[in-house]
This record gives sequence, structure tokens and C-alpha cells, in this order.
Amino acid sequence: MNQVHKPNSFRAGPDEDGRFGIFGGRFVAETLMPLILDLQDEWTRAKDDPAFKAELEKLGAHYIGRPSPLYFAERLTAELGGAKIYFKREELNHTGSHKINNCIGQILLAKRMGKTRIIAETGAGQHGVASATVAARFGLPCVVYMGATDVERQAPNVFRMKLLGAEVKPVTAGHGTLKDAMNEALRDWVTNVDTTYYLIGTAAGPHPYPEMVRDFQAVIGQEARQQILEAEGRLPDLVIAAVGGGSNAIGIFHPFLDDESVKIVGVEAGGKGLDGDEHCASITAGSPGVLHGNRTYLLQDGDGQIKEGHSISAGLDYPGIGPEHAWLNDIGRVEYVPIMDHEALEAFQTLTRLEGIIPALEPSHALAEVIKRAPKMGKDEIILMNLSGRGDKDIFTVGKILGMGQ
Amino acid sequence: MTARMEQRFADVAAQGRPVLVTYFMGGDPDFDTSLAIMKALPKAGADVIELGVPFSDPMADGPAIQLAGQRALKAGQTLAKTLELARRFRQDDQRTPIVLMGYYNPIYVYGVDRFLADALDAGVDGLIVVDLPPEMDDELCIPALDKGINFIRLATPTTDDRRLPKVLENTSGFVYYVSMTGITGSALPDPSLIAGAVQRIKAHTRLPVCVGFGVKTPEHARAIGASADGVVVGTAIVNQIASSLTEEGHATEATVPGVEALVRGLSAGVRAARLAAAE
Ligand SMILES: Cc1ncc(COP(=O)(O)O)c(C=O)c1O
Repeated sequence: MNQVHKPNSFRAGPDEDGRFGIFGGRFVAETLMPLILDLQDEWTRAKDDPAFKAELEKLGAHYIGRPSPLYFAERLTAELGGAKIYFKREELNHTGSHKINNCIGQILLAKRMGKTRIIAETGAGQHGVASATVAARFGLPCVVYMGATDVERQAPNVFRMKLLGAEVKPVTAGHGTLKDAMNEALRDWVTNVDTTYYLIGTAAGPHPYPEMVRDFQAVIGQEARQQILEAEGRLPDLVIAAVGGGSNAIGIFHPFLDDESVKIVGVEAGGKGLDGDEHCASITAGSPGVLHGNRTYLLQDGDGQIKEGHSISAGLDYPGIGPEHAWLNDIGRVEYVPIMDHEALEAFQTLTRLEGIIPALEPSHALAEVIKRAPKMGKDEIILMNLSGRGDKDIFTVGKILGMGQ
Repeated sequence: MTARMEQRFADVAAQGRPVLVTYFMGGDPDFDTSLAIMKALPKAGADVIELGVPFSDPMADGPAIQLAGQRALKAGQTLAKTLELARRFRQDDQRTPIVLMGYYNPIYVYGVDRFLADALDAGVDGLIVVDLPPEMDDELCIPALDKGINFIRLATPTTDDRRLPKVLENTSGFVYYVSMTGITGSALPDPSLIAGAVQRIKAHTRLPVCVGFGVKTPEHARAIGASADGVVVGTAIVNQIASSLTEEGHATEATVPGVEALVRGLSAGVRAARLAAAE
């Protein structure tokens, strides 16, 4: 399984069947298959359509607020005493995370396809909020499936979605987290194929979603690459991002994949540790399997039953990972490491106090890895981290854990 | 096509009626009870058995079959034990075809070659794997056909004439027409729409066409069986099992007889189908 030839470029995938090595593919029920092929056709046409590109750029600039800044974290750098740390500030985007980049792209496609109803799954609620936002902006009804556990721990985002006019449907199956929400969204889709566009929130699912979501998110890495060249006159030594399904990570990684000098690290949710089942480190502790339309690394038992996993961060609480990451791991281009709940929580507080930025718990995992690595690197070295979202949604969860009573 | 499947469809056709295909979840509510249910099905009039393989994330199933899968998994059911159910059933019944129905991941993790060898050895005649469309035929369909195990494909209302040949290309045993866009357990659409769809598929294939999703009563079986070569009943059987269980989900005296009575009624329904068609 690990014998993969080094390709000429790490950026050429997937093949026409949606495969990244053995990963990816189109593992869906027949009912959905014609729809997925339609989507692929529309996406192929849109990609090369200057009008589509122009609209995307216009909304990017005036609605999302792109380009997002590249920020030199001076005090954090001084505190850690090693490499220079830069943040790509996706948390400053409209709606507070990178998720909106993908939602704007996909809703334009939904419009082109004549769809009249949007459905989405959400974990942290960031993708749900971004979906509800673009649905409001384009005048389409929106239903968001969200695990019941997540409805509770990400309450601020539930209010936001409702205010934006979306219907939030709590899902009680399983642990009531992202995996269960995705199952329920797929059941809705299969039932309402004619009218409904499924706006998947991460770089996973059946082809063409992993490729399409990556391309919509790659704006992060394209901007950051140019910005760091302007700021430092050279490429970073290390690029780091947190990996849930993998959209913010692949977005910042992809434009750097063929830059040999750039080391790339993806951070998985180590939860309460990799010994038991209370983590979501699909690559570090999982094995290949097929779920939600693609083959990838999954947390599963010996019978192929998917485990529930755990993370303090709802957005990382998913027992799989996008197929391109699975491939980048096997081929050795990207290193994937786990960060525990408590390490992420500490990093969250560090950034808040040192830089006056409240990060979401998801990128706090990436930050914890930065905090481990920066001191061991030289002062002339550069780290680029994707600060994928802001922590407003997490303040109650964190406050409770830290015992900050009202 | 395995001889058993072909023979059974031919025998039933000779009786001038459609085939009754019955689905239940292997291991629901426990291994022994589900073996007893499986043995009872042909005696009550089932012609083909669809043996459900439980999966943690059944994306195409409604609440009834989701819960059945959870009961089975909780009782320790696995793919290996589901194959064991087939093997035990085969010891007493060499004629009723068994079709395993489920999702790909348990098979993939078990290992495709090992799975096909063990399935053949257990007396399995066909496979329905919901998340393997024709685009993924190299995964399991082609290897299964090479080994002589039927790969039964789902055709749906979204499978238009352009796509139908691709769906039928490597299908064997029978074609399973899904009566609606939706999940198992939804309401049955207008039988006349289904009859039209069955005719459309039959124009492209000589395989028998069975209709499932939404067939719950003898009247449904009769109405659908008037045009289709077979009817598939699943959720109704699973619901019957669920309603017989204790609060903790254990089998009772009523579990197996309840399924028997339901299937006897459905069997009467398919037997009346062609009379209905002739009226
Ligand atoms: C701020 C933020 N970062 C990261 C993630 C993880 O998703 P992905 O791996 O697709 O970027 C989420 C998901 O909700 C999120 O809200």
C-alpha cells in the first residue's frame, strides 16, 4: 500500500476517476451518480469560464474580504525564541473562517445548475454558517444537518444559522457529530435529487468534491505564497495547518506542494490520546476504508465499522480525512501529526494573551504544533500557519473547561 | 449467474407469478434468532433471501434499517458472522438463493478475494452493494462475476436511458429497481409510474426486474407484482421484528412467528398479482 512512485508533480491529481493513488473515487448510491456526473460537467465548464472566475474574484474581494492578511506574529515569535511565525488570517474572512471561500464557489455552481435548495452538513457550525450566509445572499432556502452534540457545544453558530434563515436539523444518531450529520445530509440528498444541491464543507466526499473544494480553497495558499515572497523575499521553511476533513489544510498546502524546500505538516486531533478511541487521528491511527463516497484513512474496527472518535474541537471531530491528504501521507510529501485536546487548549490561551487573537479550537491544534517546533528552528527560518477561523464560537466551551463562571 | 438463482426465477415464472424477495438484517436482534428467521422465510413463501450485512453508517437506509443494523452490531454481528448465517442456512436449504446486501467498507476491510472465496463457500449467490456504482466495477463487481457470484445492481428513477446500458452492463441475477429517489422505508410511489419504469428497463435487458423500497403490504406486493418480475420487501419485515422485541431489544416468542405471518401474507399478495394484472 505504501509503495507509491514519486510523481513529477504533487499537484496533478486527481485522475479522471477522481483518484489520488488508491484514494478518492466515487462510492455513492446509483441515485446520486447521475447528479455527481452533472456536477463534474458543470464544474469543468465553470473552471474555464472567465465570467465564473470574474464573479468568484469579485465576491472574494467585496463580500469575503480577500485577500486575507499575512500577519507576522511578533510577540509569539519572541516568546518562542526560534523561527519567525506568520499567520494566514482566514479568521478575518466574512463569517469568521476559511469555509466561506468554498461556499461562494459552490453556490455559484448550484445557481448555474438551476438548483433551488441548498443542504449542508456542519461540525463546528462554521461551514453551516457560511452555507446559510451564501444561501441568504443568493436567495435560496438552506437546511443544515448538525450533530446534536455539536448543536450544544457550538450554540452561538446555531443562532447565527437560524438568524440567517437556515433550518438547523439536529442529528441524534451515533455520537451526534459530523459523521452523523453527513450521513443525514446524504439521505436528504438522495431523496431530493431534483431540486437540491449538496454543499459539502470539506475536501472529502465523492469526486469531484475533493478536487473542487481544494481548488476553491487554494486561494489561501496562492495568496500566502505571494505575500510571504513580498514580506521575506523567500518561501517559508514550514507550512502548517489543522486537518479535519482537510479543506483549510489542502487550501494552503496545494500551491506549495512542488516547492521542495518547503516542509509541510498537517495536524490531526489527538483528542485524549491515541491509545484508546478518544481521538480523531485518522491518518496517524487509522487504516484505509470507504466512507461518504471516497476511499481514505478512517478510524474503524477490524470489521470495517466506523468508530465515532473524539475531539475537543467539533470541526476536527470526524473519523476520516480528505483523500488527497491520505495520498500525500502515503507518498511522503506531507507529515501528519496528532495534537491532544489539552495542548490545543493551551495554545488557544497563548495566542489570545500574546497576540490578542482568539483562534478557533481547530487552528489551535496547528498552533500547538507551531509552539512545539518553532523553538527548535533557527531565527532565520520561517513558519507559515493557516489561522483558519476565529474562536468566538468556542468561548463558552473553553470558558467552561477553564472554570470561568458567568 | 449461479444455477440456483436462475433456477429459482425460472421455476417461479413457470408458476405465472412474480418472485418474492425478502430482506432482513443478519444478526438482528441476535445471531440465533436471525438464523431462525432466515430458515422460516422460505417456508412462509419467500423465494429469494436478501441477507443484510450491518454497517455503522448506512447512508441509503431509513430509521428502521438503521436501528436494525445497530441492534445487530450491538449483539456482536460482523461480516464473518453474516457469512456464517448463510452457511448454516445452506446446510438445510440448497435451493433458495441468498443475496448479501450492504455497504462496501466491511467487504473491503475483510479483503475482496478472501470475501469472495468465503461467500462462495458459504453458499451465497449474489451481492448488492449500495455504494458501488458501475464506475467502481473494478473494486468488487468484476472479481465477483469472475468467481460466479451475481452482482445485482440498483437502477433508480435517476438512471435515465442514456445511463441505463452502463448500469446493466455488468449486472447479473436480476435488476433491482428502486421505486423512488429516497431511502429505505419511504412511502411507495404510484404503482403505475413504477410499471412504466419497469417496462423501460425491460426494453434494455432480458434479466428479471425486481422492485423494492416502499413495498410493505400484500396489496403493495400485488400491485407492484402485476408488472415486475419480483417484489422486494425489507422495512416491513424489519419493523415486524422490531415490534416483537422487549424494551431492551431482545427476541420474544412472537419474533419468528410474527415474521412468518407477515411473509405468508406477502406471499399471498404476489400469488394474486398476475390475477390482478389479468383483470
Ligand atoms: C475554523 C475551522 N478550521 C478548520 C476546520 C476543519 O475543517 P477542514 O479540515 O475542512 O479545514 C473547521 C471545521 O469546521 C473550522 O471551522
